[in-house]
Formats: sequence, structure tokens, C-alpha cells
Amino acid sequence: MPVRETIQTTAVTAATPPGYRRRWRQLDKTVFLWLLLVGVLMLLVINPLARLLLSSVQDGDTGALTLQNYLSAYGRWRYLEALTNSLIVGFAVGVLGTVFGVPMAWAVSRTDMPGKGLVWAAILGTFIVPSYLGAVAWILLAGPNAGWLNRAYISLTGAAAGPFNIYSMPGLVLVIASYSFPYMFVFTRSALDLISTEMEDAAHTLGAGVLRTTLRVTFPLILPAILGAFIVEFLEAIALFGVPALIALPARFQVMTTMLWQFFEFPPKVEVAAAYAMPLLVITVLLFWLQRKIIARKGYVALTGKGGERRPLRLGKWRWPMLGYCLFVTSLSFFLPMLVILQAAFAKAWGRGFSLDNLTLRNLRFVLFDQSATQAATIHTFLYGATASVIALVLALCIAYIVQRRLVPFGNALSFLAMAPFVIPGIVLAIGFYAAYTKPPLLLYGTAWILILAFATRFLPIAYANSDAAIRSVNPELEDAVRILGGSRLMAMRRVVAPLLKRGLAGGFILVFIPATRELSTAIFLYTTGTQVLSVLLFDKSDEGNFEILSSIGLILVLGTVALVLAGFRLVGRDFMLRRDTAA
Amino acid sequence: MSKLVLRNVSRRFAEVTAVDDFSLALEEGEFVSLLGPSGCGKTTTLRMIAGFLDPTAGTIEMDGEVISSAAGSLPPEKRRMSMIFQSYAIWPNMTVAENVAFGLQVRRLARPEIRARVDRILDLVQLRLLRDRYPAELSGGQQQRVALARAIVVQPTVLLLDEPLSNLDANLREEMRFEIRRLHDELHITTVYVTHDQSEAMVTSDRIAVMNAGRIDQVDGPRALYARPRTRFVAGFIGRTNFLDGEARGEEVLFDGFAIKLGQFAEPVPRGGPVSFSLRPQSIHLHRGLPTAAAGACIIAGRVTQRAYLGEHWDYAVGVKDSGVRLRVTARPHEVFEVDQDVWLEVDPRQMAYIQ
Repeated sequence: MPVRETIQTTAVTAATPPGYRRRWRQLDKTVFLWLLLVGVLMLLVINPLARLLLSSVQDGDTGALTLQNYLSAYGRWRYLEALTNSLIVGFAVGVLGTVFGVPMAWAVSRTDMPGKGLVWAAILGTFIVPSYLGAVAWILLAGPNAGWLNRAYISLTGAAAGPFNIYSMPGLVLVIASYSFPYMFVFTRSALDLISTEMEDAAHTLGAGVLRTTLRVTFPLILPAILGAFIVEFLEAIALFGVPALIALPARFQVMTTMLWQFFEFPPKVEVAAAYAMPLLVITVLLFWLQRKIIARKGYVALTGKGGERRPLRLGKWRWPMLGYCLFVTSLSFFLPMLVILQAAFAKAWGRGFSLDNLTLRNLRFVLFDQSATQAATIHTFLYGATASVIALVLALCIAYIVQRRLVPFGNALSFLAMAPFVIPGIVLAIGFYAAYTKPPLLLYGTAWILILAFATRFLPIAYANSDAAIRSVNPELEDAVRILGGSRLMAMRRVVAPLLKRGLAGGFILVFIPATRELSTAIFLYTTGTQVLSVLLFDKSDEGNFEILSSIGLILVLGTVALVLAGFRLVGRDFMLRRDTAA
Repeated sequence: MSKLVLRNVSRRFAEVTAVDDFSLALEEGEFVSLLGPSGCGKTTTLRMIAGFLDPTAGTIEMDGEVISSAAGSLPPEKRRMSMIFQSYAIWPNMTVAENVAFGLQVRRLARPEIRARVDRILDLVQLRLLRDRYPAELSGGQQQRVALARAIVVQPTVLLLDEPLSNLDANLREEMRFEIRRLHDELHITTVYVTHDQSEAMVTSDRIAVMNAGRIDQVDGPRALYARPRTRFVAGFIGRTNFLDGEARGEEVLFDGFAIKLGQFAEPVPRGGPVSFSLRPQSIHLHRGLPTAAAGACIIAGRVTQRAYLGEHWDYAVGVKDSGVRLRVTARPHEVFEVDQDVWLEVDPRQMAYIQ
């Protein structure tokens, strides 16, 4: 009988003086898991970053230490100009994003504006459209002459040419801001949601009017959130590759990310690219640190506690203009772009406009079935995305578990490494992966694994934040109860922890899967002909100017995402994408 | 041979010593409580017995074998104990029956055997009708019973309870105390019970170990602990009491305003030097006129300074005449005295506990 045996072994081991066998029995086996995790994190985070740093100070051929790469990277006016352009774009996007996002957040959170559900849905829709697809849509909307807006303007005014040209710095800023203002909206709204009306009432009872109260009480309370979102938008803008590549390059100006891309044109100058990427990395790390500081500042107690009673402010006759403004902004980001994308995806020729005889399913059929390259890319996109999500989630779960349960010393080092990719721009991470895994001993370049691992690394922080929250919700006594009744730690994981985490982890999986299926800036540096994904394909095809096919590819991506989001709603609840901790 | 022995067990966390040189032996079938204020190290001690924590010094032995020492410990899953947690730790993803059956499945019992045992134990805790419910559908008291059933169904060598009643409301808590004791009388499982509530400990336990700042102050049965506290801490923690400080001189102890002969005390008291006693408020009787002293009793003149009527009894504060000593006295509801009334206090020195 197994039970009897256990007792006997216990007796034997307890009686013998400490020997190897007893030590082995008493050794906490989680040490091995810890070593394994450290190994994986070395592979995913430390090695690429170390190689990136090393490459930037190495001669490409001889490997000797040199500063020549930095001289090449910053020795030309053109290169410096790209850097300046990036900073200008980042700042302008931050400002425009604030103008877009803050009034909407205020209207949705604090007023009796009608149609809040519609606005909410449109913002969610904005999250779902990849920004590079937005850029494609805006080329259709505001391309010189042929763009829909220009054509509408010409037919309305009879002018010879339309006023809009998306291929410009303002065009670039508009498109990026349209897809990053949701951060501002989410941050500001959660800050506003935590301010109780009582706090404003307190100011009113002391004799302050609405304007004075807003400026002296409400605004200072949400200022940290606005600044934090501004920084996120700035960083998003300077790290973005797809939109600048589609808009700035035809407009004949460069930003940092497009410049990095050009360093990779044959023959690739990895070392120079590594050196050129350093400011991007440094700026990102510093600004995230600053953002942390701003958000975490003490004294803004209102942002941490639930407020008391909340009454919506009555807008009166301003209700409809406010809704108009919200719909205007979401038209720029969602309604108009999706309209033209849908039209182009189902059109024989998009320029022929909205008519029944222009309708066709040929484009979609071509993308999905007729062309093996696009078919393969569709499969790759979802396969790589799913694999990367599983890897990121399993890794994050193990780390979060052993850190939370304090199973090993220096657990914090693990969680730091798991969160580190958060401050690495995707394009920088890609260069790091390229530098680390194009040469033996670990030759991953050319295989799907380099893409999968890079995706897993890039979105590891999202997975970690989710796993950490999920594990925090499980009382450790539930596991202790398994162990005291004779079950191992593994059994506790299998029978209790895993079933309890199922829902939360499904949500986490979707939150990683969605960005992984549309990731462009990492993929563009790491794909080869056999490992194309849809985002890369879309970017490649943009040269040909076949917008019907581009729109079809984009539509497939969007529909895939919508399916995932709906699954997320069912599993986790309506707010799962717009929660602040995961939105950033 | 004792079932469970803790020998000079200590546990340090960085700079803090949570448990300090703790020694205790439990007999087979004995029910012992660890009683003390929060932060006294009682839960740490329990978690060391369970194997979730290693001691930093000393050993824990079960049936004569070392199961915990600073060098290494048998993991909790190999100790064949069970434990009831403060949060109950009922697994929310399993039904009542599945929760209870878990430990038996781990022990690889045959299916019919498991079913029979689960049914028997669910009858014992009166939960048979709820066997297929999920924990979220149960009340706090029912969850508590599931936790009990799950812990005892495996017939553990030692049963550990960590403040199991602290999340229940007052009435239910009182009921569950007796329930726990009833189950113990039925099953005779060696039990260690951690609580900060003295009445819980007194209802359930054969012996109580009072802990203070990581150390054991006193281990005794409930009656002895109450009647004969050994330290000022124990006297103050278990029930309410009066502390009397005096000086032993010659054949008597001099207090502020009165004196008591050494021979009148139940316990030996040192001859000479400062001495302290604990005197329970119920051990003092108030009289309107000078009473005829019972043999060995001591009569002291006093005056009522404060009073409170608490329904079940009166609570008086009485000042001893020509002295700074104020005593708290508990009197029955019909023993009514006014504030500022002169009274006689009757004290039985045999009920005064000498405190080291």
C-alpha cells in the first residue's frame, strides 16, 4: 500500500544522518526552475541588449573596439536631421493627442453628454486598427489629388486641386496622433473616474465657480495622468516604424526609425544601426522613469482611492457640440479610415468609388486563397503570434509565481528582467536580436523562431503584468492546504492554481496575441522570405500601390483582432482592453 | 513517548526573532492551544510544525523522529498532518465533496472507500446535503465546516488550526468552539490550535501555552492558567485582574494600606523583597457592614469610587482606605452599592496568585 511505504521511507530518511539522499529530498526543486528561467531571460532580454551595446562599439569586420560607429551614425547632417524630426514628431503627437484625448475623457467621465457608448466603441475600434493600416487609409483619404477628401473638396468648390497632402510632417503627426490618443483618453479617464464630485463640491461651497474649480482642483488632480500619457504618446511616436515608412519616406524626410531601416539595406550596417539606436533606447528609459515618478508622486491621494458620490455635470446646450467633437476625433481615427479600407478591400478599383458594380470579393479571395505568399503570411501571423503568446505567458507565469511566493532569493531580479522589454522600443529590440542571433553559436536568423522569440520578448511585460495580477488574486493558503494534505507544489499548481487562473490567463493571452499579430517594427528587421507575416507583407506591398490588396490584408488583420477582442469580452469582461495597467 | 516535541525552537526573520527558544511536548490525542496577542509568534510556530517554515535553531520531532531542524526539514506534504487556515482555504474550483475527497485521493485510496469516508465525515459536520455545492454558495460557517471535514477526513497525525474562527461572527464563533471540541472528543486527534481569543482557547483546549514576544510564558490547563497565572503578562492577558504590589517582611506581606500573613497564601512566597500578586475581580466580595471573617479571609475597609452596571454583573472600582490602591470588583446584579459608599472588602489570600 503506497501510504505505508511513504511512512517507512520517511522513517528511514529521518533516522539516517544527513546524507545526499536526504539533502536531495529536502532540497527545494524550484531552484532548478529558477536557473532555467534565468537562462531563458538571458536569451531573450540580456543577450540581445548586450550584443546591441557591444555591436555599437565594435568594428563590423575585425571585432575590435572602436567609436567609429558612433561617428558614422552622427557624422552626417542627414542622420541628425532624422533624429530632430523624430523629436518634433513625438512632441507634436503628444500635444495633438492631448487636444484629442483630454476633452473626450472629461466628456465621457464627468458630463451628461449623449452617445457615450458610441464614443467608447469608436475608441475601442481605434485600438483595434493597426496604425500602419491607418496610414494606408489616410493615403486613400488625403493623398494629393486622388484622396477622397481632396476629391470631395474639388467637387464641392470647383477648385483645381485639393488642399490636403498626407505626405507631409503635419500628415505624419495627424496619423500617429489619431492612433495614440487612446492612451491619453484611458489615462485621463481613469484619473477623472477617481475624483469624487464631493471634492469639487468642497470647492464650490468655499465660493469657487465651475471654471475656477476645474482649473484649481480638477485639473491639478489629473495633471500627473496627462503628463504620463503625454510621455507614452511621445515614446510611441518616436518608436513607430510603419506609419513614418508609409508617409515620411514618400514625403522625402526621415525619422530615426526609417533611418535605422535604411542602415539595414544591403549591405546591412548593424554596428552603425546599433550606435544610432542608442539615443532611442536612452530617451525611452529616461522618460519611462520620469513617467513613473510623475504618476507615483505622493500627494495625489485622490488617484489611489475610490471617490465618493459622483454626479455628471450638466452640459445643457453644449451636449451635442461635445458629442460632435468626440465623433470628429473618432472619425479621424476610426470611422473614415475603416470606411475607405472597407471600400477598397471590396472594390475592383478603389478610385471608382462607392457603387454596386465596383463591388468584388476578388481581392479577399486573392489574398486568402490564390496567392501562396499571402496565404502563408496569414498562417504565419496567427501561428507565430499564438506561439509567442504562449511562451510569454508561461514564462511570465512562472516568474510571477516564484517571485510572489518568494521561493527563491533575488526574485526581484527576475521580475525586473521580465518588465525590462517595456522600455525597449520594438525596433531597438529587433536590432538587438539581429545582432545576437544572426551569427553562430545561436543562428536563429532565417527561422521562424527569431520572430517568435522577439515577439515573446516584446510583449513579455504585458504577460507579466497580467500573470502577476492573476497570481496576487490567489491566496497562498489555497496552495498550503494542498501541500499539508499531502500534495506536492506541482499538484497545487495543477489542481488549484491553474484552474483558478484560467480566465485571467485567457485574457492575458489575448492581450499578448493581439499586438503580436500586428507587430511590424520588430518583424521588419527579422523576417526572411520564408517567414513573412501579414504586417510585413502589407508594408512590402505598399510599394506597388495596389491599395485594394493592401486594404484586404488590413481587413483580415482587423477581423482577426475583432474576433479575439470579442472572445476577450466573453472571458474577462468589457473593460479588459481599456484597463490602464494593460493599456500602456 | 510524546507525539510531537518542539525542542528549543527559534525562528529569526532578518533582524526580528519571531519565535525564541520555544519548547513544548504534546501527548498523543492532546489538544493544545497557542494563545497570545498578534505578533507573538504563534502562527510562525504553527507554520514550522506544518513544515512551511524551517526553524533557525532547535528541532521539531514527531514520534521520536526529527522532522524540522535548521539543517533542513521534511516538506509539509510528507508530514501527514492537516491544517485549517485562517482563510479556510477552501478550493473555490471544487465542490464540497471534491474538497473533502482531495486528501484521500492524494493518498490513493480506492474510490468506494473515498466515497464512504467523505459521506461519513460530511454527516459528522452536518454538510451531507450540501456535498455538491461550490464554496461560493456556502455561508461562512458552512465553509468553516468544509475546512474541518477536509482536514480530519484524512485522519492526520496532527491537526493544526490557525485562528480558524476569526472570520466568523460572534454567535457562530461561540457555536463552532464547542463543535471543534466535540469533534476532538470524538476523534482524539492530536491538535495544535492557534488563537488570540482566550475563551476559544479555554473552551477547546486540554492545555494552553500562552505566548508573549516569541516565548512561552506559561503552559497549563485552562483552570490553572486562570487561577494561578505565573507572570504579569499571563494574568493580564487571560481575563481581567488586579495587580497588588507589596513587600515581604518577616512573617507578612505589607501592601499599601493592609497586610496579609505569609501563611495565609496558598503558595510559598519569598521572605523579604518586593512581591506581586494577581487578584481576580470575582475573588473579592463587597459587604455593607463589617462581615464575620471566614477562616483565613482578610477584611479591608474601602470606598466605592466608580461603578458600572453591565447586566450580567456589576463592575465596581473600590479604593482601599488610607491608601492609593484601587481594586476592581465584580459583583452580582443584586449587590448594589452607591458611589462614595463605605464598604468592606473580603479577600481570600488563597486566591491571590503569586507572580514571578
